[in-house]
Amino acid sequence: MSSDAPLKTTPLFEAHRKLGGKMVPFAGWHMPIQYAGVIQEHRTVREGVGVFDVSHMGEIEVRGLEAKAFLQALLTNDMDRLDDGGILYSLMCYEDGGVVDDLLVHRFEEEHYFLCVNASNTDKDFEWADRLAEEFDVQVDNISDRTAQLAVQGPKAEPLLQKLTDVSLSDLSYYRFLQGQVGGRKALIARTGYTGEDGFELYLDADAAVPVFDALFEAGREFDLQPIGLGARDTLRMEMGYALYGQEIGASQSPLEAGLGWVIKLNKVQPFSGQESLKNQKDKGISRKLVGVRLTQRGVPRSHYKVLHDGQPVGEVTSGTFSPSLNIGVALCNVPTAMSKVGTQLDIEIRNSVGAGEVVVLPFVPSRVKK
Amino acid sequence: MEVPKDLRYTREHEWLKVEGTKGVVGITHFAQDQLGDVVFVEAPAPGTELEQENTFGVVESVKTVSDLYAPVSGKVAAVNKDLEANPELVNKEPYGKGWMIEIELSDPGQAESLLSADDYEAYIKEQQG
Repeated sequence: MSSDAPLKTTPLFEAHRKLGGKMVPFAGWHMPIQYAGVIQEHRTVREGVGVFDVSHMGEIEVRGLEAKAFLQALLTNDMDRLDDGGILYSLMCYEDGGVVDDLLVHRFEEEHYFLCVNASNTDKDFEWADRLAEEFDVQVDNISDRTAQLAVQGPKAEPLLQKLTDVSLSDLSYYRFLQGQVGGRKALIARTGYTGEDGFELYLDADAAVPVFDALFEAGREFDLQPIGLGARDTLRMEMGYALYGQEIGASQSPLEAGLGWVIKLNKVQPFSGQESLKNQKDKGISRKLVGVRLTQRGVPRSHYKVLHDGQPVGEVTSGTFSPSLNIGVALCNVPTAMSKVGTQLDIEIRNSVGAGEVVVLPFVPSRVKK
Repeated sequence: MEVPKDLRYTREHEWLKVEGTKGVVGITHFAQDQLGDVVFVEAPAPGTELEQENTFGVVESVKTVSDLYAPVSGKVAAVNKDLEANPELVNKEPYGKGWMIEIELSDPGQAESLLSADDYEAYIKEQQG
């Protein structure tokens, strides 16, 4: 992506402006970073319900007789774990084990899937997938431009969304999706999210974004639905310890160190890109690990700040923030495995001072996704 | 953006209100809006000597961190203790309860070197592009 390319806009660009959204450049898009304020928006999602425009996310459709075998070769997770209507979190890795992207695989049927990928990686992902596709009887399409995505998140997400659809949402489990109508428009309704709260991600035709967004606010009045920006999306995901591409994971970082071994099925029968390297890494032993550090005094840790143990630098912060739920600084840090035990004292160099902290259990805040 | 006429301003978005030999310092409405939710303010202890244009503290918001610059030289006479428990006062009342420090001015004439309200208003318009 060249930095001088004009920024893309989602179908909701004008709607964000009307709602007072502060628009910023993000991954090549004009996106709302906040409306009322990050802390208030964060609390709205933890306590009520909020809606995020995440139409910048990429969508890649995969169809064909060998669609499943293709995804087995492309992705680290095991497609045998998916049935129709199922969703799986997976990584896509380079041969050296570095991460191309992290994504969600949605299975319509054995020969038809779609992937939801990071906005900043969409073109790269598509090229990577399309190159491998030459070896399979499969068709890969980048449908990002004609697809909009809204995330409706929070404990009141289900009663709100149920007002707009005939699909029985209480029967929809976590990491499952259904096709139905939302506000009279065709939608793919997935019980997923990036907040740690119950909620849904809706995939829509681009021209349905505005009417569905409006319908959500109309139906959401009784639930005090609020628009939520990318700022709160980041604080919400950090409280959950969820990895973000470019921070916890990337082309030159080991996903095993990031604690993502659970989506890397090294014993899959069909070989996949990165399998050999990741197997080697695992056999040699992982010397570093991603941990959650909670400060015990005020201060806000941020990406690339140094992590100290007994005054010596031992790693760095991959993501850090002020946690609106805990009212204190929290950080995801890459540190030596020997220092990853809960209770270990790890300090963070915050500019000219040192913020004392300790390793805590992740997530920082209990997840309340639907079980 | 609110820019009170009776204050003086820096290009780093602090304001100064001169009251006799003392000056009260905070950050502007524009600054708090750019920062977003302020989560804490690190201010110097009373008695600290400040040099004009040098940093005197830090303001941390959820999104970012920013240095605070002394608009004038002098000794810190008071620090706003309310910000410890309620840093959001900086967002809610940047020119009132969100003040940060009070300085005993070592050279009251220095205030004249700062931007007037009109000049500051023109300056932030430029910043916004």
